[in-house]
Amino acid sequence: MPDSKLDLLQGTLDLMVLQTLAAIGTQHGYGIARRIEQVSGNEVLLNQGTIYASLVRLVQRGWIASEWGVSDNNRKAKFYTITKRGRKQLAEDTAYWERLTAVMGRLMAMPQEGGE
Amino acid sequence: MLDFLQQGWNRVRAFFGKDAMDSDLDEEMQAHLELAVDENMRAGMTQEEARRQALVKFGGVQQARERHRAARGLPFLDVLLQDLRYTFRTLRRDAGFTVIAVLILGLGIGANVAIFSVVDTILLRPLPFQNPQRLVRIVDLTGKSGESSMTYSVDAYDQLRAQNHSYQDVAGYFAFSTADNMNLTGRGVPRPITGIMVTGNFFQTLGVRPMLGRLFTKDELRLNGPNAVLLEYSFWKQHYGGDPGIVGKSIEIDKQPTRVIGVLPESFDFGAVFAPGSKVDVIAPVIEDQMRDWGNTLALIGRLKPGVTIAEAQNEADTLFPKLLFNAKHPEWGSGYKANIITLKDYVAGKLRRSLIVLWSAVGLILLIVCVNLSNLLLARAAARSKEFAMRTALGAGRMRLVRQLLTESLVLSMAGAVLGLGVAFAVVGYMAHQGSIALPLLSTVRVDGTALGWTLLVALAAAVLFGLAPGLKMSGGNLQDALKDSGPGMSDGRKHERMRAALVISEVALACVLLIGAGLLLRSFLRVLDVDLGFTPDHAAAIKIDYNAPKLADVGPAFQEILQKIDALPGVEAAGISDSLPLSWNRSWGLSPKGQDRRKFQQGSFVYMVSPGYLNAIGLRLIEGRDFAWSDVDGQQPVVILNQEVARQFWLGEDPIGRMVQVNDKEARVIGVVDNVRQSGAEKKIGWQMYLPAMQWWPAGANLVVRTKLPPAALAGTIMKTLRSIDPAQPATEFKPIELLVDHAVSPRKFFALLVSIFAEFGLLLATLGIYGVISYTVTQQTQEIGIRIALGATQGHVLRGVLTKTMRLAIAGIVLGTVASLILGQWIAALLYGTRPTDPVTFAATIAIMAGVALIAGYIPARRASRIDPMVALRTN
Repeated sequence: MPDSKLDLLQGTLDLMVLQTLAAIGTQHGYGIARRIEQVSGNEVLLNQGTIYASLVRLVQRGWIASEWGVSDNNRKAKFYTITKRGRKQLAEDTAYWERLTAVMGRLMAMPQEGGE
Repeated sequence: MLDFLQQGWNRVRAFFGKDAMDSDLDEEMQAHLELAVDENMRAGMTQEEARRQALVKFGGVQQARERHRAARGLPFLDVLLQDLRYTFRTLRRDAGFTVIAVLILGLGIGANVAIFSVVDTILLRPLPFQNPQRLVRIVDLTGKSGESSMTYSVDAYDQLRAQNHSYQDVAGYFAFSTADNMNLTGRGVPRPITGIMVTGNFFQTLGVRPMLGRLFTKDELRLNGPNAVLLEYSFWKQHYGGDPGIVGKSIEIDKQPTRVIGVLPESFDFGAVFAPGSKVDVIAPVIEDQMRDWGNTLALIGRLKPGVTIAEAQNEADTLFPKLLFNAKHPEWGSGYKANIITLKDYVAGKLRRSLIVLWSAVGLILLIVCVNLSNLLLARAAARSKEFAMRTALGAGRMRLVRQLLTESLVLSMAGAVLGLGVAFAVVGYMAHQGSIALPLLSTVRVDGTALGWTLLVALAAAVLFGLAPGLKMSGGNLQDALKDSGPGMSDGRKHERMRAALVISEVALACVLLIGAGLLLRSFLRVLDVDLGFTPDHAAAIKIDYNAPKLADVGPAFQEILQKIDALPGVEAAGISDSLPLSWNRSWGLSPKGQDRRKFQQGSFVYMVSPGYLNAIGLRLIEGRDFAWSDVDGQQPVVILNQEVARQFWLGEDPIGRMVQVNDKEARVIGVVDNVRQSGAEKKIGWQMYLPAMQWWPAGANLVVRTKLPPAALAGTIMKTLRSIDPAQPATEFKPIELLVDHAVSPRKFFALLVSIFAEFGLLLATLGIYGVISYTVTQQTQEIGIRIALGATQGHVLRGVLTKTMRLAIAGIVLGTVASLILGQWIAALLYGTRPTDPVTFAATIAIMAGVALIAGYIPARRASRIDPMVALRTN
């Protein structure tokens, strides 16, 4: 039931990709997509194809680097690695994200007036 | 920040490296799918199932590609290029429409750019001097007798310079130069040139530096000092081939060796600013000590000190000028000048402001009509394309996307129009700049420049939005179902569409009406001006500036008599005479009062013409009573004078003026005749005092030979020149010009405006006609089946014809009524530009209404006839 899956906020996918690369090191597009699926427990509404727009954007900003290589099972694939600037950006984004979720959490926890 | 700069740069690179990026991505996606298939098969799926699952999880390959492109490249440009490609394809398919659209846009934009260039040059741009906003003209605007009452004596000028506190400096030029007033001698036949004399500080005051050489030195401003001239740029180019070596060399002007001390920059054109419609070749210094006793001769220009306002300068002038002496050697001649201080810019362009704004509005109206017309064409086209748009909407195109597509189309059209328009503007402006005979200031310096290019772009963009947006919104806003239904067989166009087009045509007709009425009023005024009785007869007469040899005043008579006798003897010559001043050209005036009365009561001054016997006849001036001059009226005999009616009326109303004595400057003269009033300063100007003096008793300031003949002047020019050369071989090669040219020159600004507005009005009329025709013709096409059915049911041809014509006329009449009402309101606004014509002139209004209605009838008749000839069988079978 696609209705119950989470629609991604603008920019969220970029952050997920950065975090994934920071966590698992060098990886190809398929691997990144699979990892996000696994970690999210299939909660995220994600066509795997959308990952490539995110990847090219991050490469253009210089936050990740790409290189053609060969996978474990001998397939030619493009591998991505997070750069130093990417790590800095990730740290900034993570801090921002945590503050935002904290605030949102507190706001959402307020009791509703005149609730049922 | 840096990261985003880098991203921007990478996007641009990606935009150009599209193919490489795409194939890279394809390879990557291929690998992705293979990796997924591998994993799925390891999980136990069949190859087929593994592949299917991998594709499902990946999502749309094409979508991924699109997103990738949007993320990495310049999606805006991508869409634009796509739209452009599409636009070019559709426009090429619709070549007829495209050609018409670009053509009318080109003409509309071209007219706008050309007029903008004129307006910009004359009205908007500062004068081509340093800090021009501080330059003022010091002039008595209340003066009634031409230049003499608007100028100042050398002594007054010196006192002004010494006593004022408002100006950094005051400069002046000799206001009574005429065309061809000097001769370039020394090499064969003397060549006539036009020179102007300016005070020694003239260029410093304006802030103009010579391009080559230097300005005048003190020595050159001294009486009997070395002669020196500056060359104007165009004269230097034409006559000296732009040779810098001429500077410092000596040339001969009027047989006097004269040093060329410099060349003025191209941006300086004396005639363009100070004497519209004339060309100055050389500039010589005013020798003050030579001109001290010449009376009022200097036209003054001042440069205000920083911080001094016009009002302050005016205040000072109000107290200072009445104290300035006319002649320092003769304080008893009195003082008493007046001066108005106005900015030089206002003096040069102020009178033209309203005319130019009217002209500008007229081209604006034209552009509006063009836009309305195109809007209409596009609407008709859009209706025909409604299926295409419905299809594209059905395939997922968003509303904005369609509007954008349509706007791209109108932008492409208007840019093509702008390119054509620029061509038109270049041609028109180039033509205007070379019309030396149009007496408009700065016209010779009009160019299509950077500002004009900017204006073109602005106009084109505005036009594109104006004519593209309405159909765009209309199209994209349409209901999909409606569109598909509307264009179904057997249905005529939706009502909404029709109403909008009708509104457009009505406004087009109304706008054209306003233009036609405006043009009509201006044209009628122009004709009225031409009808004014000038007091003399300009046709069948021509004049030539001549040289004569008369070292003593007693020699003038015999010299003139010899010339006139020989000219009179030529075949075809009906009458000939000589005057130093011609009507509608320069105007010198002297004091004139009845003998025995206080001079100060007659301050006005009178125009002066020093003429030979026979001149009155040659110029066609009617002698009302008394006699013409005779060759016996020479120096030493009783001084005589002929006055115009105006003077006679003012001096001795109801009494016989003949035989009375008048005071002319410091001589007494007997009145021997009275002549008609001549419109000396222009057909529209008030009549001034005029007196004619025999050239034999006064020193004439030059000589114009006037010849009355039925032959065309060109046919006579050769024999006249030969005759003159037989008397004086050094006769300069001046032109034998029809007197009518003087009249043309005087009315040229009015002609210029009336003509241009008329051209625009005709263009507007044509466009409105096209608009009516287009809409009616389109409606007929749309209703072919309906009409077919009606004919099949028994409607006669006359019925159908009348039906269509009624519809046409309903549109036309609505537009005409609207336009007429608007014109009645706007007419007040141009009232100041009219002459002898009221802004509600019934003839103009009636003619416009008749023309508009007639043209609408013709425009409607063609499709109406087509409608009445519809064969019901064919019409019903087509679907």
